Amino acid sequence: MKGVPATPSVPLGVQDEENSQLDRVHSKAVRRRSLRLLGSTLAPLRATFVGTVVLVVIAQATRVLGPALIALAVDTALPQAQAGNWGPAIWISGGYVLAAIVAGATTAAFIRLAARVSQTVLLDLRQRVFGQTQRLSLEFHESYTSGRIISRQTSDLEALRELLDSGVTSLASGFLYMVFTAVSLFVLDVQAGLVLLVAAIPVWLITRWFQKRSQVLYRISRVASARLIVNFVENMTGIRAVQAFRREDANNARYGALTEDYRANTARTMGLNGIYDPALQLTGNVTVAVALAFGGFRVLDGSLEVGVLIATLLYTKRFFQPVQQMAMFYNSFQSAAAALEKISGLLEEIPTVRQAADPVPLPNAKGALRFSDVEFGYGAGKVVLPNLDLDIPAGQTIALVGQTGAGKSTVAKLVARFYDVTGGSVTLDGVDLRELASRDLRRAIVMVTQEAYLFSGTVRDNIALAKPEATDSEVEAAARAVGAHDFILALPDGYDTDVNKRGGRVSAGQRQLISFARAFLADPAVLILDEATSSLDIPGERLVQRGLQTLLADRTALIIAHRLSTVAIADRVLVMSDGRVVEDGTPEELIAGDGRFAALHHAWEDSLV
Amino acid sequence: MRSRPAASSADTPVVATLARLYPFVKPALPRLIAGMICALGASLCALAIPQVLEYAVNGPLLGSVDAGDTSGVWFAVLLVLGLGILEAGLIAARRAFILIPGTRVEAGLRMSLFRHLQDLPIAFHDQWPGGQLLSRSMSDLSSLRRWLSFGIVMLVVNSTTIVVGIVLMIRMAAPLGVAYLIGALPVVFFSYRFSRRFRRISRLSQDQAGDLATTVEESVHGIRVLKAYGRGREAYRNFSSQADELRGTELSKARVLSMFSFAIMTISEVVLGLCVFAGVWLVVDGQMTVGALVAFFATAGVVNGPVERLGELVSMSLYAKTAVDRYFEVLDTVNEVTDPAEPVRVNAPRGEVTFEGVHFHYADAPPIDLIPAPTTVPSEAPREEVLSGVDLHIRPGETMALVGLTGSGKTTMASLVPRLFDVTAGSLRIDGVDVRDLTRRDLRTLVSIAFEDATLFSASVRENVLFGAPPGQDDQRDLERALTVAQALFVHDLPDGVDTLIGEEGMSLSGGQRQRLALARAVAARPYVLVLDDPLSALDVSTEEAVTEQLRAELERTTTLIVAHRPSTVALADRVAVLQDGRVTGVGTHSELLVSHDHYRFVISSLIEDEESELVGKVRS
Ligand SMILES: Nc1ncnc2c1ncn2[C@@H]1O[C@H](COP(=O)(O)OP(=O)(O)OP(=O)(O)O)[C@@H](O)[C@H]1O
Ligand SMILES: Nc1ncnc2c1ncn2[C@@H]1O[C@H](COP(=O)(O)OP(=O)(O)OP(=O)(O)O)[C@@H](O)[C@H]1O
Ligand SMILES: [Mg+2]
Ligand SMILES: [Mg+2]
Repeated sequence: MKGVPATPSVPLGVQDEENSQLDRVHSKAVRRRSLRLLGSTLAPLRATFVGTVVLVVIAQATRVLGPALIALAVDTALPQAQAGNWGPAIWISGGYVLAAIVAGATTAAFIRLAARVSQTVLLDLRQRVFGQTQRLSLEFHESYTSGRIISRQTSDLEALRELLDSGVTSLASGFLYMVFTAVSLFVLDVQAGLVLLVAAIPVWLITRWFQKRSQVLYRISRVASARLIVNFVENMTGIRAVQAFRREDANNARYGALTEDYRANTARTMGLNGIYDPALQLTGNVTVAVALAFGGFRVLDGSLEVGVLIATLLYTKRFFQPVQQMAMFYNSFQSAAAALEKISGLLEEIPTVRQAADPVPLPNAKGALRFSDVEFGYGAGKVVLPNLDLDIPAGQTIALVGQTGAGKSTVAKLVARFYDVTGGSVTLDGVDLRELASRDLRRAIVMVTQEAYLFSGTVRDNIALAKPEATDSEVEAAARAVGAHDFILALPDGYDTDVNKRGGRVSAGQRQLISFARAFLADPAVLILDEATSSLDIPGERLVQRGLQTLLADRTALIIAHRLSTVAIADRVLVMSDGRVVEDGTPEELIAGDGRFAALHHAWEDSLV
Repeated sequence: MRSRPAASSADTPVVATLARLYPFVKPALPRLIAGMICALGASLCALAIPQVLEYAVNGPLLGSVDAGDTSGVWFAVLLVLGLGILEAGLIAARRAFILIPGTRVEAGLRMSLFRHLQDLPIAFHDQWPGGQLLSRSMSDLSSLRRWLSFGIVMLVVNSTTIVVGIVLMIRMAAPLGVAYLIGALPVVFFSYRFSRRFRRISRLSQDQAGDLATTVEESVHGIRVLKAYGRGREAYRNFSSQADELRGTELSKARVLSMFSFAIMTISEVVLGLCVFAGVWLVVDGQMTVGALVAFFATAGVVNGPVERLGELVSMSLYAKTAVDRYFEVLDTVNEVTDPAEPVRVNAPRGEVTFEGVHFHYADAPPIDLIPAPTTVPSEAPREEVLSGVDLHIRPGETMALVGLTGSGKTTMASLVPRLFDVTAGSLRIDGVDVRDLTRRDLRTLVSIAFEDATLFSASVRENVLFGAPPGQDDQRDLERALTVAQALFVHDLPDGVDTLIGEEGMSLSGGQRQRLALARAVAARPYVLVLDDPLSALDVSTEEAVTEQLRAELERTTTLIVAHRPSTVALADRVAVLQDGRVTGVGTHSELLVSHDHYRFVISSLIEDEESELVGKVRS
């Protein structure tokens, strides 16, 4: 439970997301935020929405018509028919059939329209959340975890869907029904109407009570289900480790506890409903009894006609008929609102790395990089790069070496603008990366990350990710260039083989080759290779190196490698230690000297055979 | 007890689903039935209240206006009040009864699935997209819960009302009632067709929702790649079209439902409309009394509501049915890597590992069509194997390096040891016992493994390192020892030391830091056999040296199989095995093999001539 800012006018985002006991001000703020979101997704659907409500009203009206027609048939058509006039009977019968068809047709139309509204809203929200997920920076993702995003996209939207699918219409029809009934009652007998008004007080109180409780419970419910999903996703992703280290029992215990939390909370919400719903019903029934007593004595007094009493009693009874529906609506509304709170929080997050308002285009980057006075640390953690000054002219091939944890990948990630510097600046061709149009930035700078991540899908799709419009022969050429073509052809369906989730279908080295081929295809001005050959065998690495020599001839490259064989093709070597560049020079110079690199290089050479 | 379409469907899959579900629901059945009884009781009360009102108004009130007798009114009021309280009480009771089946059954099924998934072998998990598993565990089970706590009760209550209503209607006015019943025949027919179509579509929509969840999951896990190539837009487009497809499916689902609802609502009401005329005719003809006519329509009015709601309830039930089918599809997947019926124990483990004639191919391996290879398993077509007859003996305490080209099957061979996969032929023994004769738990206590990808969890460093450690009193010492061996002492500089959370999959660490934690985790498990899959690939030369130094001391008495790409890693090993074309073609010390084994020289040496490396392409394929 982190502290929340004192003024809720500052976007809260996902901060405090796990806290379900919000104070009044924040509770109101997030509630309002979620309703605004709902409103904005419904706004373009106003016409359809109104259409849906109209259809509901018509369907209700025709349904009410049925009993009236039957009464008419018994009261008028029957005597007429007995008198030999069959006209009214035919008319009424026909009218009934017609009303039936209209009621059926409007109901059918309404089901479709309601689905359209609900599905359009869901699609809209899905897209918004997905787009936002893509926009948000890595810093955000590192702490938010994929599981929570998945739970926003699945179980939270599910909660909303329940509301949209049935809730809205039951609200519309139920509300209209109650209003009509109440008005009729007042017109008929004001005093009976007053009984109804008095009954509104307990209804209001119960509803307030329910609202307060359910709000908290549904918030807890969202958090509990998200935790369940996070745990599930993580364990399934890491299933190898889970099994190899016999974590099944420990996991069962933890997941079991989360399941039980979620179950208990669901049971509590259901229990709450189990009070709310019968309480409303009880109020309704007691009101009818009171109305009967009240009216009955007035009939005995002679101040009320029996006929009127019958009517008022019927109306009072009817008034409470949709109450169960309304309770259901209110319940799914509470559930959906809690879900929307989480979704709107995610949507409210402002990406820390974002495109400038007025971006500078740079369609043909040359690839000159410059770090000036760069300071950087991850989030609130300690400073990783205290002060980095670096000038990389266009076309230079740089080898970045140094101990693990020295900050090499961090430098690379700053160039690729995965993060923004906390001090100083990084420029490409003299333009600050933060000013650069992100399209141009991504076209100019491409990074092969240390983790070779493949998406499920074909080998071809995975390579073509770098350039969606690439032809088959371009993809093949890229694969050939890194020496991946042969093994790809040996796969069961060649380039169309599905690599399975995370590329599990191919070996680690093969994964690296595929991600390498991607970079070849992208053809950027600046290429960053972060340990891109670490899992390759030596012959394979040599092949890649050969390919690199031609590829890197006319572009800027930043190669991070522990295997110093890479250094051979570099124009310049940077040795990093604790976030600083401690040696800088051509490979020959450094090897000839007596610094760290020389020592490293000797050790490495000794290890070779 | 089920909806009509279920009973009348020829392939009886609904019955099968219910039967499959039965054991899980059985303990909750009494409560479920009690809930239904309460629901029926509540409906009866609801029906009775208007009767009482009518009686009160017509009887005591009309009768006693002159007498001024208030007892009749009081009696009626108390009756209404009593019925009202009873109704509310029954509703409350229904909800209380249903609470347990609803949530307990859901939670129980969810746990069963989780247990089963953890039990299923890696081969299963490689094939199944994460989102499909997740959607089964979450949304499918919650739709079952909704059905159990609402759908089934309402379905039973409504069906009962309809049946009782129709019986009453036939008794009140036989010809009209029979006509109404005949009107139900086309409904049965429609229900049957509807059920089949709706099931197909609802299954499709659930599958698509699972795929969508998979896409979301991958788009977050692969966010670095998407960002590195600036492919957010393409990912968005791809996701959108997938989401739009799901929307389309949902809309056609609504269309099918709307047609069904139209059919059942309209048919029953049209029949009633015709009954209006027929009723009048019958009365005029003297075959029926006016009272019977009125009573018939009053009952029809009561039956109407449930009939109208039938479409919704049936569709809800069918949706739950396909959800349950999806669930059992996974739960009924047979585990191929199971514990033996009579497990053997290794009493005094020494850590001897023997591969004998080990063959292995992945499940999707294509059959060999060109070369009719001799096969030990005659019943099965020969398939392209990753390992085709591996023989290797690792002595207790020995460190054996495994060297081979990329994709030669080193990882595959390594993962056979803790039985993440089972050999397809031959045998793999530890201390003379086939690994398939040990329980997986025992085996994996003997063996621990460091994967080539770190596979860490978003927990603290401590939890990650002690992931497989035997629960002991000396956690802290174990932790320190493992961290020292893996040279992962950097963790003490992290903000919260060993209690620092390391982000999803350890992503807030550097590559080398992750790898060393994974190594520490393997060491902390204190195994007899340690399998290290390329454990030093992300380390710089000097760190590698330090780790090697530590490991050598540590590995003194632990049998180790270490996959290596570099001479520096090989240096750790007592002997080296060369994996080539699915076989171990050479075993010996590093220097022996350098002299005697061409392929080994080719794989491990950086100093060979360029022409030789021309061969790479050919050898690789
Ligand atoms: N996302 C992150 N959040 C917080 N700290 C991080 C993050 N990524 C890296 N660090 C820390 O920053 C430091 C530098 O990490 P970096 O990844 O740049 O190292 P590296 O030089 O690439 O090391 P390696 O060779 O092991 O990959 C490390 O101490 C690491 O723990
Ligand atoms: N899950 C899988 N399903 C099908 N084939 C697979 C699977 N995993 C690996 N393969 C294939 O089996 C072969 C051996 O893969 P393995 O991962 O064992 O190689 P490796 O020797 O570890 O390679 P590397 O040095 O790249 O890690 C490869 O050709 C690979 O494409
Ligand atoms: Mg790194
Ligand atoms: Mg491997």
